[in-house]
Amino acid sequence: MKDFTILIGGKAGDGIDRASVIIGQILSHLGYYVYIHRDYPSLIRGGHTFSIIRASENKVSAHRDEIDILIALNLETLNLHRKNLKEKCFYIYDAEQIKFEDQVCGIGIPINSILKEENAPDLMRNSCLIGAFCKTSGIEWEIVEKTLGMTIPKHLELNLKIAKRGFDTSRQLLKIEKINREPLPLLTGNEAIGLGLIMAGLDAYAGYPMTPSSGLLHFLASVAPEFNLKVIHAENEISVIMMALGFAYAGKKAAVGTSGGGFCLMNEGLSLSGMAELPVVIVLGQRTGPSTGLPTYTGQTELFYAIHAGHGEFSRLVVAPGDCEQAFYWSALALALAWKYQIPAIILSDKTLAESLYSFDFEKASKVNLPKIIMWENGDSYKRYLNTKNGISPLSFVPKYSAVIKVNSYEHDEYGITTEEPETTKLMQEKRLRKSQFLLDEIEKNYECVKIYGNVESEIAVLCWGSNVPVCIESATRLGLKVIQPVIIHPFPLRQLEYAMIGVKELVLVECNATGQMAELIKHHRFTVKTKILKYNGRPFSVNDLEQLLQVVIDEYIKP
Amino acid sequence: MSTLNLNTYAKNTWCIGCGNFAILNAIRLVITELIKEGTPAENFVLVSGIGCHAKIVDYINLNSFYSLHGRVIPVATAIKIADPSLKVIGFSGDGDSYGEGLEHLLFAAKRNIDITMIIHNNRVYGLTTGQFTPTSPSGYKGRSTPYGNKEKPFNPLELMLASNASFVARGFSHGIDLLKKIFKEAILHKGFSLIDVLQVCVTFYNMYEYYDKRVYVMENHNETDFDQAMKKAKEWDYNSDTKIPLGIFYRKKEITFEDSFQTGIISETIDRKQKIYEHLMKKNL
Ligand SMILES: Cc1ncc(C[n+]2csc(CCOP(=O)(O)OP(=O)(O)O)c2C)c(N)n1
Repeated sequence: MKDFTILIGGKAGDGIDRASVIIGQILSHLGYYVYIHRDYPSLIRGGHTFSIIRASENKVSAHRDEIDILIALNLETLNLHRKNLKEKCFYIYDAEQIKFEDQVCGIGIPINSILKEENAPDLMRNSCLIGAFCKTSGIEWEIVEKTLGMTIPKHLELNLKIAKRGFDTSRQLLKIEKINREPLPLLTGNEAIGLGLIMAGLDAYAGYPMTPSSGLLHFLASVAPEFNLKVIHAENEISVIMMALGFAYAGKKAAVGTSGGGFCLMNEGLSLSGMAELPVVIVLGQRTGPSTGLPTYTGQTELFYAIHAGHGEFSRLVVAPGDCEQAFYWSALALALAWKYQIPAIILSDKTLAESLYSFDFEKASKVNLPKIIMWENGDSYKRYLNTKNGISPLSFVPKYSAVIKVNSYEHDEYGITTEEPETTKLMQEKRLRKSQFLLDEIEKNYECVKIYGNVESEIAVLCWGSNVPVCIESATRLGLKVIQPVIIHPFPLRQLEYAMIGVKELVLVECNATGQMAELIKHHRFTVKTKILKYNGRPFSVNDLEQLLQVVIDEYIKP
Repeated sequence: MSTLNLNTYAKNTWCIGCGNFAILNAIRLVITELIKEGTPAENFVLVSGIGCHAKIVDYINLNSFYSLHGRVIPVATAIKIADPSLKVIGFSGDGDSYGEGLEHLLFAAKRNIDITMIIHNNRVYGLTTGQFTPTSPSGYKGRSTPYGNKEKPFNPLELMLASNASFVARGFSHGIDLLKKIFKEAILHKGFSLIDVLQVCVTFYNMYEYYDKRVYVMENHNETDFDQAMKKAKEWDYNSDTKIPLGIFYRKKEITFEDSFQTGIISETIDRKQKIYEHLMKKNL
């Protein structure tokens, strides 16, 4: 098996998530590229939770439906996923929950009895199954020991004991071969975004918990001592963004994270960022809306919102990374560009990108050229809003001897003093908007704002953005199609899109919303999407899903 | 900043007789004194909300952040955390901090962030032409309450004491000596300080005579006694026509929020890349 899928399921509270991460790490250690898709409801106990772990000798960042190995902590898991089991599927299950006798392909573990005998708490059930899984798959005990040792902070001894009992109660059914490749660390999109921001000089982060961005707050809070970060869980999202702007005023690079609802509360601050020219990075993790929607499921409904949020007209940057490496790379760049141009930058993420785990190639992701901040070098009296050719006023931060630094939410003159003069109003509005053009020129010249994959000769191209990109690349490549991904959403990289569109006769949009927002966006630029493949039930496309849907498009296209 | 010219070229647009002048004059004098006593001028940062009060930052030639309505505190909080050597002074209205931004005010007190909040409490929305605010008395007739305000006012001092504020005072915009004294103590206080200034709006709610008759400066008041402070704070509920005590009601020493953060910096990008690499290696087997 060189490309296989494991599904582990149970009820919320069973520790499915942690178990899937540990299994992912074990597979990673064996040299596989790993991708883990997590599906959990918005509750703390009960309800069906599962993770799909995909491992492959090639880079994968999307899940498939057919299951090679099922690890079931309850009967519901078996019932719900039965339809996706491969003909030759292996089962590891809780024998006290599931009565199921398959001597060839199944291993039942009497988990409760084992826990009782060892006097272990209920939450160690997953350790028992991890042990069983490894034995079943021909993975050496030493690897289990090492992985658990790395990932379990509490009661390691007992966990190991339970895992060993699971291991010893099982027998080998298959062999997951070791691959000769250096293991890559597993990262969530949230962590990759956080590390990318740190790379570009993040000093501070403010947040208020909201799925799927809470993970970013948790991650940065946990690494605050390591990276000298000031991390604040504030009273609400209004405070969050205003704090970020306070930090920016004092020269500290700050980011905030939220989802749609919290972003609504941030809109007034976003507009202030535009007006006062205080840089901020906003990580906008989309989920299924509108309103509270499906809090723990995915969606791509905020494309227009990210571009248009906030009152008034001002420059901004919107980027939509598609996988972990892109999340790192573009987060670093978003922060650097926000500071160079003194604008808000929005990183559009979603539940799929934010919370899935990916094998992360740091070497590749960190090859990024970061533009420099334009600083004021003493001299005559300081003008915070000096009107320059490209609209960028040199920065200075408090406390600065010999400079009075005034920022203002009202329209203001070059010194930052309030004005209502028509002439100054016009000039300052133009100054702020001018930055957008210079920004676009810089990024189109230096960076791949629109990426192309797959069969570049194909007349059919798949248009996609954000977390949909990997699944599109995998499906379309297999079908011989071209894939076009705008990573920069705003200001729109039209020249690069025009280049990508050369030779394309039919454009197919793949998007996780009900209206096809990207199609609307490019319509403004005279490009037409012929077919829209939309999904808006909260679940991401699987490779199988998408291949079928794309095949229909191909069949239509080649029909005489 | 070498010379001590705290004036700007901005044209003052407050009404003649506005209580904001007393606050402006007092704070200018206090800051001048503090600069003379050794605080560098560039270490002052003034933050304001939106309203008549907020224009004060345009009139003082010091670092400033002219923020949004109700949002003085999160901005001031972050500036202080960013660099604890800064003296951060917030100017806010009663509409601004007791209404639109009340939640931030309670949290600033709860956290004991070392900033000074001066509330220009004229008990009306000045800039939006005289509507009632959270501290207007019951029955107050403004354009949004033409038949009289049906609500009772907040007592902001009581709210602040209950929220763990470590410095609570009340001033009055008639005369500047008391304001000067309180402002200076508040700025020097290490911790969150709140000064509720009865600032008269001559146009929409002229209370000079009313206040002149009732205010008195507290004497023999033990500022470190919480119960006494609470009792004094309750003496006037912003609604009835009793005597109105002025001065410092309460102060205490307590650890401040900004001191709980990481200091130190990682400056070089190279450093950062290396540190991230090390972090990732820890994740790996
Ligand atoms: C979010 C928002 N809502 C409303 C306003 C309009 N507004 C401007 S000033 C003000 C009230 C000001 O009252 P106060 O804070 O007491 O200050 P004063 O003018 O009395 O000094 C309001 C409601 C605004 N600027 N922003």
